[in-house]
Amino acid sequence: MNKMKEFLNRNIRQYGMIFALIVIMIFFGIITGGKIIWPRNVSMLVRQNAYVLILAIGMMLCILTGGNIDLSVGSLVALVSAMSGMLTSQLGLPTWVGIVVSLVTGLIAGMWQGFWIAFVKVPPFITTLAGMLIFRGINNIILDGKTLPLSGLYIIIGTGSVPDIMPKTIPEFLRIGNLLKLQNKPEFLNATMLIVGLILSIVYVLVVLFTRNSKKARGYEVETLKSVITKVITFFIIINIFSYWLAMDEGLPIMLILLAALYAIYTFIATKTIPGRHLYAMGGNIKAAELSGVNTRKMMFLVYSNMGLLAAVAGIVTAGRMMASSPNVGQSFELDAIGACFIGGASAYGGVGTIWGAVVGAFIMGVMNNGMSIIGLNVFYQSIAKGMVVLLAVAFDMYSKSKSRLG
Amino acid sequence: MSEYILEMRNITKEFPGVTALSDVTFQVKKGEIHALVGENGAGKSTLMNVLSGIYAYGSYSGDIIYKGEECRFKTIRDSEAVGIAIIHQELALSPYLTIAENIFLGNERAKNGIIDWDETNKEAVGLLKTVGLNEKYNTQVRNIGVGKQQLVEIAKALGKKCELLILDEPTAALNDDDSEHLLNLLKRLNKEQGMTCIMISHKLHEVLSIADSITVLRDGKTIETLDNTVPVSENRIIKGMVGRELTDRFPKHTPNIGEVGFEIKDWTVYDPLNEERVVINNVNMEFRKGEIVGLAGLMGAGRTELAMSVFGKAYGTKISGRLIKDGKEITLNNVEQAIDNGIAYLTEDRKQAGLVHIHDIKSNITLANLKKITNGFVVNEDEEIIIGKDYRERFNIKSTSIFQKVGNLSGGNQQKVVLSKWVFSSPDVLILDEPTRGIDVGAKYEIYKIILELANSGKCVIMISSELPEILGITDRLYIMNEGRVVGEMKTSEANQEDIMSIIIKSSAGR
Repeated sequence: MNKMKEFLNRNIRQYGMIFALIVIMIFFGIITGGKIIWPRNVSMLVRQNAYVLILAIGMMLCILTGGNIDLSVGSLVALVSAMSGMLTSQLGLPTWVGIVVSLVTGLIAGMWQGFWIAFVKVPPFITTLAGMLIFRGINNIILDGKTLPLSGLYIIIGTGSVPDIMPKTIPEFLRIGNLLKLQNKPEFLNATMLIVGLILSIVYVLVVLFTRNSKKARGYEVETLKSVITKVITFFIIINIFSYWLAMDEGLPIMLILLAALYAIYTFIATKTIPGRHLYAMGGNIKAAELSGVNTRKMMFLVYSNMGLLAAVAGIVTAGRMMASSPNVGQSFELDAIGACFIGGASAYGGVGTIWGAVVGAFIMGVMNNGMSIIGLNVFYQSIAKGMVVLLAVAFDMYSKSKSRLG
Repeated sequence: MSEYILEMRNITKEFPGVTALSDVTFQVKKGEIHALVGENGAGKSTLMNVLSGIYAYGSYSGDIIYKGEECRFKTIRDSEAVGIAIIHQELALSPYLTIAENIFLGNERAKNGIIDWDETNKEAVGLLKTVGLNEKYNTQVRNIGVGKQQLVEIAKALGKKCELLILDEPTAALNDDDSEHLLNLLKRLNKEQGMTCIMISHKLHEVLSIADSITVLRDGKTIETLDNTVPVSENRIIKGMVGRELTDRFPKHTPNIGEVGFEIKDWTVYDPLNEERVVINNVNMEFRKGEIVGLAGLMGAGRTELAMSVFGKAYGTKISGRLIKDGKEITLNNVEQAIDNGIAYLTEDRKQAGLVHIHDIKSNITLANLKKITNGFVVNEDEEIIIGKDYRERFNIKSTSIFQKVGNLSGGNQQKVVLSKWVFSSPDVLILDEPTRGIDVGAKYEIYKIILELANSGKCVIMISSELPEILGITDRLYIMNEGRVVGEMKTSEANQEDIMSIIIKSSAGR
């Protein structure tokens, strides 16, 4: 019982976030008459909001260093998008070249900012404010007010799905979508998606059970078998329902693979590697970290370089989804990403926050964006609603912290 | 009305885990200069913070009677309102404001909420004359030296019509000329304006030359009040400051001292903020394996600066000298290199520089040596849990579990976490800077046991402490430092507190 309480105490913020996400989904589910959870809308939601998620992952690392933010990411998205248009549409280079050059551009832009922040000690707020102006300016010079069309790989990444290996082979009785009459063409089920979902969930189960056994064999502490089995079964069901849901529409969006990969990589870096641990330590107490051998300058440089790289990824994804480079893309993206991190439980002073939190925060932002668009709410009201959610999320955080200190 | 302007009766003030003041009585006569002396941590500053309302009424017990009336100060403004002003050791001036603006900060000369600059400047000029500061009223404070800033602080207090002036170590940062000027000013204000002064000071010769009465505090208790109108001797005061019993406060041990493991040679360090100022002046020391060496000295003697400059140049600039470990010269350019070379430094300030308060016990312990639990690229969190549990048990860290945030632990248990961190970094040379500051007697004993264990396992242990009994109780040999130099070295078995104190005081007076 005590253990349970301790576990809940340690993880209350994370469960609180998921709870908030579910409440928001139910709320929009009701007021949109279920439209928000239609399979077609779910894959659209993923694509439309991929940029928030990608930027929020990088932003979370910046915030972890000590509440530092990066204001330039929206402009960097625009710069990368313009770069892509110029290289592929104007100069006619292959799209893969455009993508590689875009990524390198983002990385260099990030290193540029990291240099000023880490080695010249210009505060991140100022450095990235300058970056915001500089990168936007370069975008405008490249595009000169024009919109350039994109093609090839960009479109595939932005809008594509994994092709179905066995189209129309799913037996009639499995096509629940058909019975529910959810949308225009529910008679297909995407077999690829179902198979991928099934394999993924089986691999997940095996990995969890295998690591538990090997831990036990090496004498480490493990969870009880009961809780492991409950966890495994729950996730097995969730993964398969989700894949079935997407299979009712066009199947597995390529964007989703990208997002899952980024999530996995950055969770690994943040929690399992030395640089990740140093990041948390310096955000918690920079002086103590330095006196424990953490090279804080190097960390700042790496974090901001990485933010540039991820902004480039977000730029490619956004340009691909819109199938064009445009001068106005990326406006206020930085604010969405920062908001997602704080909704997701990041501390404004650094040292606290998880990649998982950034992802859930991004989804909350995404569901709100999408839901409010479906019901046709004026964008100005949308902006007010998002602002209030960020404010209340952090206020709740402060409140629960002061409670736990008293208790 | 009694002869006392101020009486503090039965003051007791507790912090979590420590009693800082216990039943202290302190009486100041009207129109006298009253010195408050005692070792670091004796409770002098705490007592003055109680008096000035920094620790609000209700957070301590006991009575404060000022001019015959009981006072219940909630904030520093309440005490200022009745004419009590305090000048802290760290000056509270705003560097980019002018002298005049600083003098009237929080006490603005205003009409209907609008500042009257003519009046402000006129009064400032008058106050500057009173304190004998020859600077223009519109000079920015950052452009004048510390000695003059101290005078601005006094002018500020006078501007508040203060009748009881408290000065906490006013001459600690001043050179001899500035100190003398300040002391003369205090005497003059005392004579001409009848200002009552309370002065906290470590410099006994200054105390003896200026004070009418001297109150000695030790371990949060009033020991005695001496009348200095009949001159008292320095030794008499020292005896009051240090005379305490040493029965069983320290674990017994038999040292097993081996060969020299670490040497500091011709070590000189300059102040990073003022590259002209020498902070550590040609220090030579050697440390043997299995030996505990104490560094004794007053605050500001340069012990922390020495330790940090050795620890991967974490402090100082223009560092010169050599470090020799196991007979080989080593170069430590950053903290990481120092740790890799087996040097550990436990910081004097646990809260600011020792721990990540918002993180849990286990991740604080492993922070300085994550490499040890990393196979290739991945941190092994299971191993970390085992290590956390191991240290929690070995060092008896009282906590709900290793997942508890260190910010919620008591001072003694926090210190055990910091010790765990540095022991886990497997050092050969362990520098402990005030390892028992601010923790209670029981936890101190446990920490001494850990320190002895470390020495017995063959490490060089260097212990910086401002508590002389502690150094005498636990070290095998000691160096005495003052003003950045080594001014004495002795075997602990041949040392006593009076000798150490007088070596320190004589080495200051001799310069």
